[in-house]
Amino acid sequence: MNAAILVAVMSVVTILLRALPFVVFRNRTPQYVSYLGKVLPPAIIGMLVIYCLKDISFMAHPYGLPELIGVAAVVGLQAWKRNSLISILSGTIIYMVLVQMAF
Amino acid sequence: MKRQIIKQAFLKSLPVMAGYIVLGIGFGILMRSAGYGVAWAGAMSLFIYAGSMQYVGVGLLTGGAAILNTIITTIMVNARHLFYSISMIDTYKGAGKYKPYMIFALTDETYSLLCDGSAPEEGDVNFYRFLVSLFNHSYWVTGSILGSLLGAVLPFSTAGIEFSMTALFVASFTEQWVTSKDHLPALTGLICTALCLVVFGSGNFLIPAMLLITLVLTLFRRREEALL
Repeated sequence: MNAAILVAVMSVVTILLRALPFVVFRNRTPQYVSYLGKVLPPAIIGMLVIYCLKDISFMAHPYGLPELIGVAAVVGLQAWKRNSLISILSGTIIYMVLVQMAF
Repeated sequence: MKRQIIKQAFLKSLPVMAGYIVLGIGFGILMRSAGYGVAWAGAMSLFIYAGSMQYVGVGLLTGGAAILNTIITTIMVNARHLFYSISMIDTYKGAGKYKPYMIFALTDETYSLLCDGSAPEEGDVNFYRFLVSLFNHSYWVTGSILGSLLGAVLPFSTAGIEFSMTALFVASFTEQWVTSKDHLPALTGLICTALCLVVFGSGNFLIPAMLLITLVLTLFRRREEALL
């Protein structure tokens, strides 16, 4: 029973966080918030990239090499082909081969 | 017309599919080994629908956390969703009946697919965004249920497949970089977050990073608004 309450709490708090800005600015969006809305997306994606790589250690084997090679492959393929499905799929397969066989 | 939109939304959601199903399976397995069966795993994925929070949530459940502690932990782990919502206020304006669900389902991955103003070639853009959100949600729930039911009996090693989420963000970042002339926001995100990671460590850097990003972008407002 206690677990059900905790799950409900996590659900409600998450929903409130997601809904809060929409509720607060439902009538009129201040220019400053509109401005943030325009410049935040690239910054947040950059933040998420770092967030995904946060547990890499450059000091110990394998020195973050699988991640660096995987990221380089995705960047290169995306810049070249401009097809995210191809870049994501290839980068992931390269990374899986590296961590399972090479390192 | 409607079929066209469904098809395009499905294609858009494909990059998320593998990652969500596999990470969902991981969550289902974790829940099962913590003593919570398929109904629990499914319900959490259906109603919370926030990947890293659910992984943290398993620990809260097994540790019998207090309600206040659960509230604070959820706010800390999920504070970044405030950011997503702020930047989608204008994009989701006029989404009408789809809007409540689209707000509920605004995860990191859905955000990264839709934050560039992605739209179908023609037709109802809100229906399209609703569908992308719904497809992603269904992958996540499906993965969680599969993981709980199948457990660790997968026929091949999936080690490293979680990299597909990293790859998704890296691909979004690159695409954004290539299509935009102004790289200051993207660089701000990378540099501020890396800086906070070094200073605060991998457990506590996300909230300082969000504050720093907001501060830097605020300082550059005049320059950026001249470019927008």
